[in-house]
Amino acid sequence: MARVVVDVMPKPEILDPQGKAVTGALGRLGFSGIAVRQGKRFEIEVDGEVTPERLADIDRAASTLLANTVIETYDVRVETDVAGTVDADAPTALGGTDHPGHTIDHLNEETV
Amino acid sequence: MTARVGVVTFPGSLDDSDALRAIRLSGAEALPLWHGSDSLDGVDAVVLPGGFSYGDYLRCGAIARFAPVMDEVVRAAGAGMPVLGICNGFQILCEAHLLPGALIRNDVRTFVCRDQGLRVESDRTAWSSRLDVGQEITIVLKNGEGGFVADADTLERLEGEGRVVFRYTGGNPNGSMNDIAGIANERGNVVGMMPHPEHNVDALTGPSLDGRPIFASVLDFLATRV
Repeated sequence: MARVVVDVMPKPEILDPQGKAVTGALGRLGFSGIAVRQGKRFEIEVDGEVTPERLADIDRAASTLLANTVIETYDVRVETDVAGTVDADAPTALGGTDHPGHTIDHLNEETV
Repeated sequence: MTARVGVVTFPGSLDDSDALRAIRLSGAEALPLWHGSDSLDGVDAVVLPGGFSYGDYLRCGAIARFAPVMDEVVRAAGAGMPVLGICNGFQILCEAHLLPGALIRNDVRTFVCRDQGLRVESDRTAWSSRLDVGQEITIVLKNGEGGFVADADTLERLEGEGRVVFRYTGGNPNGSMNDIAGIANERGNVVGMMPHPEHNVDALTGPSLDGRPIFASVLDFLATRV
């Protein structure tokens, strides 16, 4: 199993009221001197290998549905080796939390 | 023959019943249409109503835009059928690229619900011929994501081609560029607007009856076309 990540962000020139609200809240908490823009991250689990064709498919999915290219940009990238390789003891970058769900097979889980 | 105007119900549509009622009051036959259908049941015009289709998941209108019925709506709109998108329906029309631009979260960061002043900017659409350019009307506005945005070229084209149909007056409620409340496609058969004319058709429930001419307009349009 491989994973492809699609990041979607509002274009720089598009107003981002959510980001502004988050920036304001952080300022009230003492996190000053920063500006937040809020986007979306899609984690796409792919059955089998990520071939160039598969990646092109996902790119098309991103431009068709995941992002509205009138107001958003998107970025598609392959995340390497996911299944069973997460080392619980390994430190994560910059002290962030380990992202949950790496061992869950969303492709085959029951949907309601 | 009585005109037949359909209203599409998506999962999460809220104002489909009001739209159907407004159409009946205008004298047309109102037909409920279902998002999962691949037929428009032979209607003469279509209204995409307000609400929160598919829970506004992903983006407002983004998932509804790919509902089976939308293939037919896009095809019919291309053939000249009048289509009116109200609020969430406007968002769906933009997502479907039947109208340019997009609707983003209100700059005021709150849901806005008010009796909104509008100025009519075009009477050359299927949905505004009964109104006069410059006329001031009051229509209910209620949305969280009603800020119309488009790039500079698109805005210039909309303005230059007289495709801005309604403009907010008395203050911009949501950050819409150029105070735009409603626009039309080049042909004028497809109109999207954030305010809700279907709520302004009965003195019991609205401060004006200014929504009525919008539904009457499309009947005129259909009558002259047949």
